[in-house]
Amino acid sequence: MTLPILELAGLRKSFGDLEILTGIDLKVAKGELAFVIGPSGSGKSTMLRCCNLLERPTSGAVMLEGRNIAASGVKLDPVRRRIGMVFQSFNLYPHLDALGNVSLALRKSLKLSRTEAAERAAAALERVGLADRARHTPAQLSGGQQQRVAIARAMALEPAVMLFDEPTSALDPELVGEVLAVMRELREAGMTMLVVSHEMRFAREAADRVIFMDQGAIVEQGGAEAIFGAPKSPRLQSFLARQAA
Amino acid sequence: MDFSDAFLNATVLSKYAPSILSGVWVTLYLSVIIVIAGTALGLVLACIRAAGLRLVNFTIIVYADIMRALPPLVLILIAYFGLPGVGVLWSSNLVLFIVLTLILAAFAEEIFWAGITSVGKGQWEAARSTGLGFAQTLVWVVLPQGVRLGLPPLTNRAIAVTKMTALGSVIGVPDILNQATTAQSFSGNASPLTLAALAYVALFLPFVLLARWLETRFAWRRT
Repeated sequence: MTLPILELAGLRKSFGDLEILTGIDLKVAKGELAFVIGPSGSGKSTMLRCCNLLERPTSGAVMLEGRNIAASGVKLDPVRRRIGMVFQSFNLYPHLDALGNVSLALRKSLKLSRTEAAERAAAALERVGLADRARHTPAQLSGGQQQRVAIARAMALEPAVMLFDEPTSALDPELVGEVLAVMRELREAGMTMLVVSHEMRFAREAADRVIFMDQGAIVEQGGAEAIFGAPKSPRLQSFLARQAA
Repeated sequence: MDFSDAFLNATVLSKYAPSILSGVWVTLYLSVIIVIAGTALGLVLACIRAAGLRLVNFTIIVYADIMRALPPLVLILIAYFGLPGVGVLWSSNLVLFIVLTLILAAFAEEIFWAGITSVGKGQWEAARSTGLGFAQTLVWVVLPQGVRLGLPPLTNRAIAVTKMTALGSVIGVPDILNQATTAQSFSGNASPLTLAALAYVALFLPFVLLARWLETRFAWRRT
């Protein structure tokens, strides 16, 4: 394995007395789609949020391209530009249109000129199939379209890795497909992705590796076929049985 | 003496109209600078409070609560008659400006703060995750949403506080009311006060209507 883009080493996170992550070790290689599954409360989202330090880990390292970004004194804003994040509830800016949502960070964080930012934002919207919705505000878009704008917003910064926190969980079933299609396209373009999701079918067809978490730890990981076809640990077996039911 | 003679005496009105008009300018310019300075100070305080520094926030909250609790006239009198005792000699206009600005700032801070807290955590996280800093997120993402929400109450509060410029007549600010009461005592007729009332309505009614319009606009948007 070449140098991983993202690596978690001995990652622990507690909220008060409650230990959410009990020591996570995980490497995500360049171009890999790593898919995290597990019951709710297993710490999946917390782990993901530690990756761009929306949550600060209690201990352990978060290595981005070989550098520990969880160390004290690291300037987080430039680091976060390298890590895109897509949220369950989209979190689009309601006062800006689609183009404004995508271009804001390009202008204010990357310091591109207004025209440069607009061009790059338009290209990102084009990639998610929403070129014709650039001037629509979030309220004028469907959930699936909103999430695609959110993906464009993260993608436009050309991050080294993208984090997806249950990107389809807030969507009506008929809108899930369009978001997954965009994610599939991203993967084919070589984007490194760490995805927390319940879309097992998508995991099966698209994931390079599936990671099963339970009670704040990684219990089992492997290729999609191995995880879904021949789960070893009893906890994963019962989790998958419940999913199928 | 009939009603029109008591309240709308043409001779008295025409004689004192110029002095009341000069009062209109005083009220107007004081109102404008109080609204600008008070709103700006309130916004700055709310932004500082968003940074979440415990001791600083405690100070801001104490300031806002005391300013909102005290009757403005008490503050005006304390400042005007008390400050010279410690060697601070401010004109009555300056005292009125500073006191009302501080009061409006206290209310504005609370209104902006409510607006800031109404913006969900997800907005902060989305912006920060794209590499925007705290101040950038506040300015470009949170305030545009929070301030909109605060506009109707802020307009109402600005009207309420600027109307208090009338309290300045007590310490000799030559505003509308001061000119009118002076004219009333010279003429022995209430017509100047009627004129003052008309001047206040002319000055503030547009803003009351603006506040009403903002309220209906936002109420409609929520549906």
